[in-house]
Amino acid sequence: MSFPLPSLDHLPDPAIALKATATDWRSAVRVAADALEAAGYADASYGDRMITLVEEYGPYIVIAPGLAMAHARPGADVHAPGLALVTLAEPVNFGHAHNDPVSVVIGLAATEADQHVASVAALANVFNDETIVPALAAAGSCDEIRRLLGAAAGADLS
Amino acid sequence: MKIVAICGAGIGTSEILRVNAVRALERLDIDAEVSATDVASVGSAAADAQVILTSPELVGAIGRTNADIVVIENYFDLDEITAKLEVAVG
Repeated sequence: MSFPLPSLDHLPDPAIALKATATDWRSAVRVAADALEAAGYADASYGDRMITLVEEYGPYIVIAPGLAMAHARPGADVHAPGLALVTLAEPVNFGHAHNDPVSVVIGLAATEADQHVASVAALANVFNDETIVPALAAAGSCDEIRRLLGAAAGADLS
Repeated sequence: MKIVAICGAGIGTSEILRVNAVRALERLDIDAEVSATDVASVGSAAADAQVILTSPELVGAIGRTNADIVVIENYFDLDEITAKLEVAVG
């Protein structure tokens, strides 16, 4: 039985970090890891693994202009499937050829490799709207983040 | 037609690419099976694939393949994905 990721418009406050300070891409990923840990989804070591993935394969996690999706494989340090959303006070470069600098980091934790299927489709709905990254980056409250994510996830963009 | 989307971990980013590739193929009215996997499994997962979708950073990690490698810069840009898939499979 596979547990779905929580829906985007119900992200708990601990899973959201607004206007966080990051000096480089590693600290930006670490903020996302801290949020995943604060929300009870993963241990701090999951953050190490998210960073290792970028060190191993490069900054491919920067999947759209301004947006990084930090993640790693399922593992014993993931307690529950979950998402975290971080906005950065100052954008940081990940070294991506096209999509730097990054102002929004999504942290994704999964306990099974096939868990993403339904919920990642909702993520795709949200971010297929190119105005959403700057809107999220400018958001001033967790409620505003949830409202933006919920409105975009409900829109039919297919 | 078999298409494989790959990322480093096989969760998350490859799945987003898969979802949006399916949408792009619907636009093109092309019938294809699209799966998502991690780069370490690409040899077996993509053995009989015609197209591999991935990001610029992962091209070097794919190794030898008979499939066309289609590099997507913005995973959420359906116009980019549609245009590049149309060239690869059209």
